[in-house]
Order: sequence, then C-alpha cells, then structure tokens
Amino acid sequence: MDILITGLLLGATYSLIAIGLSLQYGVARIMNLANGEMLVAGAFGAFWVFTAQTLSPFTAALFVVPGAFALNWLIYRVLLRPLVRRAKSRGMLEVETILATFGMSFAFVGIMLLVFGGSYFTYSYLAEPYRILGSPYGLNRVVASAVAVVICGLLYWGVHGTRTGMAIRAVAVDPAAASLVAIDVPRVSALSFALGGAVTAAGGIVLSTFLTMDASIGVVFTMKALIIVIMGGVGDVRGAIIASLILGLAETVVASLIDPGLTLAAAYLLFLLVLLFRPEGLFGRRQS
Amino acid sequence: MKRRTALKVAASAALTSVLTIGSAYGAEPIRFGAVAPKTGALAAGAAITHWPNIQLWVHQVNERGGLRMKDGSRRKVEIIEYDDRTNPGETIKAVERLATQDKVDFIVAPYSTGLNVAAAPVFAKLGYPQVAATAITDKIPELTQRYPSIFFALGSTTALASSVADVLAKMKAEGKIGNRIAMVNVADAFGIELAEASRPIFVKAGFEIVFNRSYPLGTQDLSPIVKGAKASNPDAFVAWSYPPDTFALTEQSKIEGLNVKAYYTAVATAFPAYGGKFGKSVEGHLGAGGVNTDTAEMKAYFAAHQKVTGKPADYWASAVTYASLQVLEQSIEAVGTDRKAVIEHISKSTFQTVMGPWKFVNQSIDKVWTVGQWQGGVFHGVASTGLPGAKPVIVKTGW
Repeated sequence: MDILITGLLLGATYSLIAIGLSLQYGVARIMNLANGEMLVAGAFGAFWVFTAQTLSPFTAALFVVPGAFALNWLIYRVLLRPLVRRAKSRGMLEVETILATFGMSFAFVGIMLLVFGGSYFTYSYLAEPYRILGSPYGLNRVVASAVAVVICGLLYWGVHGTRTGMAIRAVAVDPAAASLVAIDVPRVSALSFALGGAVTAAGGIVLSTFLTMDASIGVVFTMKALIIVIMGGVGDVRGAIIASLILGLAETVVASLIDPGLTLAAAYLLFLLVLLFRPEGLFGRRQS
Repeated sequence: MKRRTALKVAASAALTSVLTIGSAYGAEPIRFGAVAPKTGALAAGAAITHWPNIQLWVHQVNERGGLRMKDGSRRKVEIIEYDDRTNPGETIKAVERLATQDKVDFIVAPYSTGLNVAAAPVFAKLGYPQVAATAITDKIPELTQRYPSIFFALGSTTALASSVADVLAKMKAEGKIGNRIAMVNVADAFGIELAEASRPIFVKAGFEIVFNRSYPLGTQDLSPIVKGAKASNPDAFVAWSYPPDTFALTEQSKIEGLNVKAYYTAVATAFPAYGGKFGKSVEGHLGAGGVNTDTAEMKAYFAAHQKVTGKPADYWASAVTYASLQVLEQSIEAVGTDRKAVIEHISKSTFQTVMGPWKFVNQSIDKVWTVGQWQGGVFHGVASTGLPGAKPVIVKTGW
C-alpha cells in the first residue's frame, strides 16, 4: 500500500513534467527540447515569490502561468512558425524544431544564469508529514499530486468537452484535414504550444516545493518528459498521464523491493518494451 | 548526428562569450585564466564555492593596489573566465586556449575532482601550477608523482570516510549511539568510491551496516530509500550524497521522522542554503567538511565574502578555494611570474592563509577538515586530520 501511494505520488509528479510537452508535441508537432527550461523558469518564479516576497510559492502562478503562456505564444509565432511554414513533411518539421528548440534551451539557460545566478534554489514549503492510511508522506508531494489531478482534469475537459478542444484534437489527428473543415490550424497550434508551456511552468512551481533546482537542470526534466510522451503516444493527454503513473509505480516498486540503483534501468526497460511492442505509444494511433 | 552538430555550435558560442574583468592602468596587470562550470551538472556547486572566491580575491588584491612584486612594483590582476559546461573535454580545451591564445600568466585550478584530474595532464604539459582546492581523491600519490605542477588541498577519500567512522566510533564508545548504521550513496564516482572505502572501516570499528543501498544521480523521489533506512531501525544514518540528494534526503528524513542520534550527509551539508532551508532542524547534523569559524582570519573572510559577492561562503571548500588563490598570490609576490619558479616555491614554502598556515607535503596539504556539524546555526569542524579548533560532537535530538 505504501509502495502504491508513493508510486502514484511520483507518477503525478511526472505527469506535471510531461503533460505540457504532450500538448506541444501532440498538437503543434513541436518536439520542444526547451521544455525543461520552461519548468525551471516557473520554479524560479515560485522561489522568488517565496523568498523575496514571503508569500506562498503558489501565488507565483498568478504571473508565471499567464507569462509563460504569452512567452510560448510569442516563441511559436516568431521562432517556430517559419519552420512550420517551410517544412515539407512532418519528419522534416520534427528535425528542424528539435534543432531549433535545442538551441533555444541553451539560450534559456544563459538567460536564467544571468537573471537568477547559478546556485541551487531550494526552500522548505509544506515539508511536513501528511498521513495517508497511517504512513507519513510529504505534504508538498500530496499537494503536488492534487494540483496534477486538477490540471490533468481541466485539460481533459478542455480537450474533450469544448469546441476549441475539438479543434485541438482534430489538428492532432490530421492538420491538413482539419484545415479543410475551417479550423484555423496555425492558431490552434499556437494555442496548444502556449498552453503546453503554461502548464509546464505551472508544474515547475509545484515541483519547486520539493525538488532542488538550478539554472542548468532543465534538461533532466526534458529527458523524463520525452520518455513519457513517447511512451504515452503522440497527441493524447490520457496517454501521457497513464505513462507517468506507470513509470512512477514501476520506479517505486523497483526501488522498494529490488534496489533503488535499478530505477533508471527499470524506466528505460519499460520504455524499450513500449517501443518494441507498441511503437506508436500506449494510446497512439498507428500511422496508416 | 544533427544534435552533435548543434552541440558543437553551442560549444563554440560558449567559448566566444568570454568575460574579462579587471583594470589595466598602472603597471602591466598579471593575467589569470579561470575555467570552471557555469552551466551543466556542477554549475550550481561552482556558483557557491568556486566563482565567488575568484571574484573576492581579484577584488581584494586590486583594492590594495595589486600584487606587491619582488622589485617593489605593484601589479594588478586581471581574470579571463571560461565556462566548461561541466565537460572535462571543454575544461582541457579552455586551459589550452588560455595558455596558447590568451597567453595568461597563471590559471586558477578547475572545480571538482573530476575536472581537476582531467585537466592535470594539460596543466603539467603547459607548465602551469594547478592548486586544486575542490578535488578529493585517493589517487593523490600517483597524480602528484606524475604531475609536478598539481597540488591538492582538500584531502583524500579515505581520510574523509575514516574520519566519519572515527566520529561515530567515538560516539559509540561513549555510549551515545548503538552500533547499527544505515548507509546510502549516490551511484556516481564520488558516492561509490566513498561507500567502498567506508564499508570496511565501519565494520572494523565494530559497526553493523543494517541497510546499504545506492540510488542513481538525479533521483526525483528518495522516499523508498528513507523508508527502507527507517525500517532497518538504525542508530546512525550516513549518506554519501551530492547536493540535490542531500537536500532531498534530509527533507524526506524529516517527513518520515527518521530519528537517529547521528545523521550524516556528505556534499552540500556545509552550504549556507542547507541551514537556511531546514532552519533549526539541522542542529546536530554531521556533514563533509567544516571549518574553524572562530579564528579572526576566518571571521574576516566570511564577512568580506558576504560584502563583496553578496552571498555567504560555504563552510568547507569556499575558504580552501580562497586559500589556494592566496598560495598563488604569495608565490608570485615571492618569485615573480616565472611559472617554473612558482611551482618550485609552492612545493617548498609555508603560506599564511585563511585556513591557517599551509605547507604542502608531497604536493598535498595533509591537515584538512573532514567532518563538520551544525551547532547553533554554524557548521563548525568537529574532526580533522590534525587541525586545531575542532568542537566536541553533539548528539542530534529529533527534528
């Protein structure tokens, strides 16, 4: 039971890391390698609010989320749109955006170094035991999971329950066909990209309450997000959530019952199995 | 393939973004090169321990008019900084570039064990003294024999591990703790080397290792480890950990209520941010390093560090890094900018540093702080290999 709850809490943490990238890759078709940096930027916002303003780090969401949304919108319109326009195929777009966003990640790291400095950013918030069925868990991790559930719930409702969401799903399935039914594909793509960035930054705020960050750590989160998104299947929010939970559970089971040294091996083994037997991901559609 | 190209582009971009600080009036300044991480895995550690001390030293030397040379002239110092992105290949390239293209007079030793060891051959080949303040290894005899230009100032792995065992053994002998140790380590060169070195020492000291696990670097959830350690019901907890996991292990131990009488985490325990984050909970925490915060030199150093760099020095390698620069300073003042003479001088002389008097024995400082403990908001040295001023160890009482 302990393992199950710890695993679910870790899985929820992973979903916060990956869900933004899932939107960006699934709909806007941009494999955003600067995704982790956006997360770190959100975490820095929370750190600043907590240490300089002595407010709850979650109040950072008030400016981080709209800010990240606007910034990602701009990035898409100014930097990525030209690539989308000249790409002849999906493969070409992927290669070019991977290169572009990889470069962007360096620029972001440099900017964050200038603005925040290079040291570790860590603070204590809600680091107290919270008992579930008698065992103590970090309250900050429990809160993070609650936030993850809310964000994933809102996204699921947004994508499956609204008109814009339907447009987003249509673009995810087939951008060319979507434009035939009067969906403004560039706008929907930009919206998804910006939304993905905002969700990632919000994840950063929550994660900063229990993870120690520094300006260069973004790539660690990008890697985790990549694995989850590819495991979950392209363009499906549910896939990313399920993949996060599976990964969290698997790592905790291995760490608790076998050896903590094998958690990474377990994660990559799962990843390999998925690639071998369902290359399109758990919830992905087979390309015809 | 394409990604590798992008890496190369980024690397050359990083190389061209050179920072030049210093002033050029008066006598010709002495040019120093510095290469260490500003990005990458070790950037945060370097930003706490390494870079601020270079900044402080340059500031202080230039403020008093520069280095006082043998002929009575004053020469200011100027520094050229490179980011090695925590990549040993880049460290080596930057050292070569500093020597052959920037033609600097001296190069500050890089940051961390790995980067210093990687750069040792190139320092030796180019004939630059390398006073390594942040390298801990058991390979000191081999390396100093092979490279006459390298000097070590932070001690060896075995000294660090056996000191921890000594501290715990003493607590056991005094009846303060039992003999059950839970030991964990980060699965990385540093953690593995220390875990291997310490296991036989603990056993020999009469301890029973009741829990022994490693975890990968960058593990995001350490609660299974702490739960396992707690279930083994230990008297002492020892973690050969790196900064992010030192923070995470401590937070998780607090949440789980891992109540041990002796709690040890390795790197980062000496960081002011550690005390800042956990407040009163850190009272009695043992960790790697420590300094004697009571000497007048050390008090002045901590005050100057805060004033000039705007952040507090850490309680371990910060002062050692500053002292390593004082070694270069005093050697250059004694024998000038002839690098061969400086290397010769460093290996033979005694230096007055913030760490007290320093004399390299076989190119290594053999009296170093090994274990520190948080006592009353300060991380003070409690064990060393022969330094004065250690405080008695206290028992940790709850969180």
